[in-house]
Amino acid sequence: MSIRERLSGNEAVANAMRQINPDVVAAFPITPSTEVPQYFSTFVNNGSVDTEFVPVESEHSAMSACVGAAAAGGRVMTATSANGLSLMWEILYIASSLRLPIVMSCVNRAVSGPLNIHNDHSDSMGARDSGWIQLYCETNQEAYDNILMANRIAEHLNVQLPVMVCYDGFITSHSIENIELEEDDKVKAFVGEYNPEHYLLNKKEPIAVGPLDLQPYLFEHKFQQAEAMRAAKDVILEVSEEFAKMTGRKYGLFEEYKMEDAEVAIVVLNSTAGTAKHTIDELREKGVKAGLIKPRVFRPFPVTEIAQALKNVKAVAMLDKCDSTNGAAGPLYTEVTSALYTEGIADVKTVNYVYGIGGRDVKSDDIEKVFADLQEIVSTGKVEHPFRYLGLKD
Amino acid sequence: MSENKCNINAKSTWKELTPGGTIYDAANSEEFHTGDWRSKKPVFHADKCKQCGLCLPVCPDSCIPIVDEAGNRGDFKFDFCKGCGVCAKVCPFGAITME
Amino acid sequence: MSKLIEIRWHGRGGQGAKTASLLLADAAFNTGKYIQGFPEYGPERMGAPITAYNRISDEPITIHSNIYEPDFVVVVDDTLLEAVDVTAGLKEDGAIVVNSTKTPDEVRRLLNGYKGKVCTIDARKISEETLGKYFPNTPMLAAIVKVSGIMDEQAFLDDMVESFKHKFAKKPEVIDGNMEALRRSLNEVNGL
Repeated sequence: MSIRERLSGNEAVANAMRQINPDVVAAFPITPSTEVPQYFSTFVNNGSVDTEFVPVESEHSAMSACVGAAAAGGRVMTATSANGLSLMWEILYIASSLRLPIVMSCVNRAVSGPLNIHNDHSDSMGARDSGWIQLYCETNQEAYDNILMANRIAEHLNVQLPVMVCYDGFITSHSIENIELEEDDKVKAFVGEYNPEHYLLNKKEPIAVGPLDLQPYLFEHKFQQAEAMRAAKDVILEVSEEFAKMTGRKYGLFEEYKMEDAEVAIVVLNSTAGTAKHTIDELREKGVKAGLIKPRVFRPFPVTEIAQALKNVKAVAMLDKCDSTNGAAGPLYTEVTSALYTEGIADVKTVNYVYGIGGRDVKSDDIEKVFADLQEIVSTGKVEHPFRYLGLKD
Repeated sequence: MSENKCNINAKSTWKELTPGGTIYDAANSEEFHTGDWRSKKPVFHADKCKQCGLCLPVCPDSCIPIVDEAGNRGDFKFDFCKGCGVCAKVCPFGAITME
Repeated sequence: MSKLIEIRWHGRGGQGAKTASLLLADAAFNTGKYIQGFPEYGPERMGAPITAYNRISDEPITIHSNIYEPDFVVVVDDTLLEAVDVTAGLKEDGAIVVNSTKTPDEVRRLLNGYKGKVCTIDARKISEETLGKYFPNTPMLAAIVKVSGIMDEQAFLDDMVESFKHKFAKKPEVIDGNMEALRRSLNEVNGL
């Protein structure tokens, strides 16, 4: 039986980490992820975990310590946000290229500047090509569940890649909501022991990690990473199915909400998907055939699956909580439209909205406006300006 | 540890490379002959050598062999000597010259 | 109560409005509800106006925006009435409860023509007489339970005593005072 609780997103994630009891946690505080290492360090202090907690002097060092500990053979976790993630940048690529299954909770926040501590997705979206698997979470429940699944995914022999679990700063991290927790012993059995095949502290097999990798080799190593990322899709589904057997909570590559007969749809990540569900329920009562796709797995990107899920809608809006500043659209739009094109689906009208930047609140009314725009696109058959902004004062 | 388990070379395909390029066997540097990087070569003058041993630990490539039970050194292992000249600098007796 | 109830808290940094909103979420959770409790973080300074929110429902809550049309508003400090438009969006069939020594009619004059129910409670007096110090959040928590009717009062008190036992495990001497503050507050709301 799951345990009925009410926790903030950060409390939920810190509790998941307590239940996982990793070998090493190295982290540096930054709003809004600070509470994760803060709560976790109390678990270290009161003996409820036997993790080696490494309080470092910067995020660059945090990720470096994670790389060292993971190469040594440990199960390693960390947490950060925004500028903290930026400072880890160099080492993010080291972690993924050395195939180290580190798990990070990335509590999404705008990357300064100008200085802002509130939620958008510019941090994790900036790191979308760093070779990390990225899972996105609507609620504190999903943050907890994805963290419980992340180590299994990362450590799978076909994968061996780090995983970033992304959830919205303040909106999810600091809000108290209902949640179902699993018992400690069940989590322990589910997560299992981590026994890497090769690791630095194995005195029976001295190895060298991170060698110079010149022209004859780097391309092939990057291809291996790409293959691992492709393989991750099946592994994520496998682990999610096993998780569903334990908890009854089902996770796929993305969630489809009222998509069976949807004519207009929104694709959006994280907490805004919840607000969109609320709006869709209201619109459905008025006879609008509205639907939602909420990607959970952004890396690897489920190209075929998302395109197929959208092929029957007439118009779809991708909502990006991050501007690529490429003079065009945000990353979600670019990925989804590319998927549609690749799958030969050309008759779905597409439009992009950059929204919620720097914590700009997203109301049900805002989502309603997007659906009204989509209905207009359907009735006119035209998309006048595909690259739009939602909630901008203009 | 002498067997090179990786057996990787510039023609290896992505299927043959180890994940992350990790090298799974120790002491495989013996298989890489770095001696051809050398432009200047140390010459060992056995007549001037007092067998003090100061040159042994400074060689970055372990190219100065111990050849007998008494711990006496022999001539350089030129398969690996890169010609850095540290040994010549450290020798107090002029028993090593760079040529 | 089957529908979604939305509550907005106005306070000043340091007065415990955020804590009170979380305590209300806790209490509602313990009576079996689906809840949300979240502050709106701005400049976090002592004395700066802050806002916190609660959603309480019998059904799962998916919406994740701030609250713009609350059913109830709680004002923890009546000096905010001049600084903040506390009744913005407040439903006319809802209510506002203000920590003030003034009467509901006197407070109504400061509320930009709000026509719904206006309640007041002297949280300072209750707090100082029961706790010996000014902690307005405890009386305001009881006041909103009273005004909103979101849960049974006895169930609320039973839950709070457990919550205080946990929260004040290291200073149990303050539990009785806090419980007395809650009980008095339930009975001293004006304008019901």
